[in-house]
Amino acid sequence: MSDYPFLEQLKRALAITKKDLRIYYKRGPVIVFGLIMPFFLFLAFFIGRNMPMERLFTGLLGMTIFFSSMSIGPAIVPFEARSRTLERLMSTPISVWALCIGDVIASFLYGFLISIVPLMIGLVFGVNVTDSLILCLGMILAAFCFASFGVLLSAYPPTDVPSTVMMVSNLVKFPLVFISGIFIPIQGWGRIIASFSPLTYFTELVNYSIQETSYYSIFVDFAALTGFTLLFLIVAIKIHEKTLPERL
Amino acid sequence: METAIEVKGLIKNYEEITAVNHINFEVRKGEIFGFLGPNGAGKTTTIRILTGVIKPDGGTATIMDYSILKEPLKAKQIMSVVPEMANAYIDLTAWQNLMLIGELYGVPKKKRQERANHLLKEFKLYKRRNHWARGFSKGMKQKLILCTALLTEPRVLFLDEPTSGLDVESARLIRDVIRQYNRDGTTIFLSTHNMEEANKLCDRIAIINHGKIAAIDSPENLRMKSSSLKSVEISFNKPLPVNELSKIPNVTQAKKIGDKIRLYTDEPHSVINSLIDYARSKGLTIVSLNTLAPTLEDVFIKLIREHEGD
Repeated sequence: MSDYPFLEQLKRALAITKKDLRIYYKRGPVIVFGLIMPFFLFLAFFIGRNMPMERLFTGLLGMTIFFSSMSIGPAIVPFEARSRTLERLMSTPISVWALCIGDVIASFLYGFLISIVPLMIGLVFGVNVTDSLILCLGMILAAFCFASFGVLLSAYPPTDVPSTVMMVSNLVKFPLVFISGIFIPIQGWGRIIASFSPLTYFTELVNYSIQETSYYSIFVDFAALTGFTLLFLIVAIKIHEKTLPERL
Repeated sequence: METAIEVKGLIKNYEEITAVNHINFEVRKGEIFGFLGPNGAGKTTTIRILTGVIKPDGGTATIMDYSILKEPLKAKQIMSVVPEMANAYIDLTAWQNLMLIGELYGVPKKKRQERANHLLKEFKLYKRRNHWARGFSKGMKQKLILCTALLTEPRVLFLDEPTSGLDVESARLIRDVIRQYNRDGTTIFLSTHNMEEANKLCDRIAIINHGKIAAIDSPENLRMKSSSLKSVEISFNKPLPVNELSKIPNVTQAKKIGDKIRLYTDEPHSVINSLIDYARSKGLTIVSLNTLAPTLEDVFIKLIREHEGD
């Protein structure tokens, strides 16, 4: 952030967002890993289990926001390196942090807008959202957090093969889904492991907003999601600063 | 004369290879500065350092007095680049590509639209402005990248092999535009393999080899300095063995070039007199006789060989 006004950089970050949304939402890996895979994973776990609607809602919303917010982020930088647009981008007067923020906002918007679909499905099927403000704030914060995580996952290894990054990111994503209480309520020592996943705190917020049991207070949930977001963002920027030139 | 680019002791290592080895040079404001060298000489690495894409391991570089290391964004703001391996965003239209770059440089909306319209017309891309760049030919993509570089009205423009692989018409258009923007005050840093292009466009040329600068001067001075590359080309009415003519005094080397014989010498005058005497004594008729100054390509090859011999 050294030698240029912060707000000007933020404006340029939004130009990156616009470019990302125009180019990447329709890419194969984004659709497969961001929409199709979580949908089938959801079906595999929930069909025929006679679960209450509230649990289905929490699972579907959590899966959708988690996978879709993390679908664009990992794909952008490898695609840029492969299609030889990265060098031109790096020679423009935009900081690496603004570049990362632009990518995060694109992923956030994509994840947030797509997660409105399961929200609507839940409402249509009679899920009673008693605290819509908390749910809405939770969705915004979670989408931003997962989008930052996605951009972090694209930082290393510095490859120009999008499928490599997608594979690595799936290796990280799946365990997090299983330890976050989306499919099965986590109890006992499992809570300790669950506390390492940001998805746990979003699941908690959804449960709170539909009057299901939640383990932590909503303040803890919001604080944890904010902390994870900052951590992912800072680490992503630091690693990208080092690895971007290695991709040329 | 004021300096646009100043490079001091620049070093870049890739593991055990030194791609750029303590190079120093200055580019004056308003000049077209050629950067020549064989493949792997360090040209692209130098351009990447000067455009702030990679960081050097040592040395300093300033663009219009802005340090590329300490104030990279300010330096980037006043320059533009057409990288060697660059591509336009193929999933964006030509117009969207231009608007994106305009936004990244903070060009106001009205101005970037005016500039985009002007440039698209200048480069004969206006009719295709709403087409995805995916369907563009290599030449059209290269013109589009040059349009994006010129949109911001840079004070310094870096061009890495801008006409490489283009058809004659596109290459000529790009060269004409380079000249025009240079006349309007833009300093041009041109990396090229094309000696003819460098000869026609550049005010001064630096030759780089193995990461070191082998020579910097104007194309004319470089040619003049290589006096041993002057030659006399002659053809007679009858074919002659080359070794006959290589015995003429002051001839350093003789080569058969088609139906002519080229004699390299420091003293073209004396060789011409000797050739006339030789023709008379042997009853031969001279069909053609020309003195040749060394081409930039001759000078380039000589300098590279000398440098490799060091």
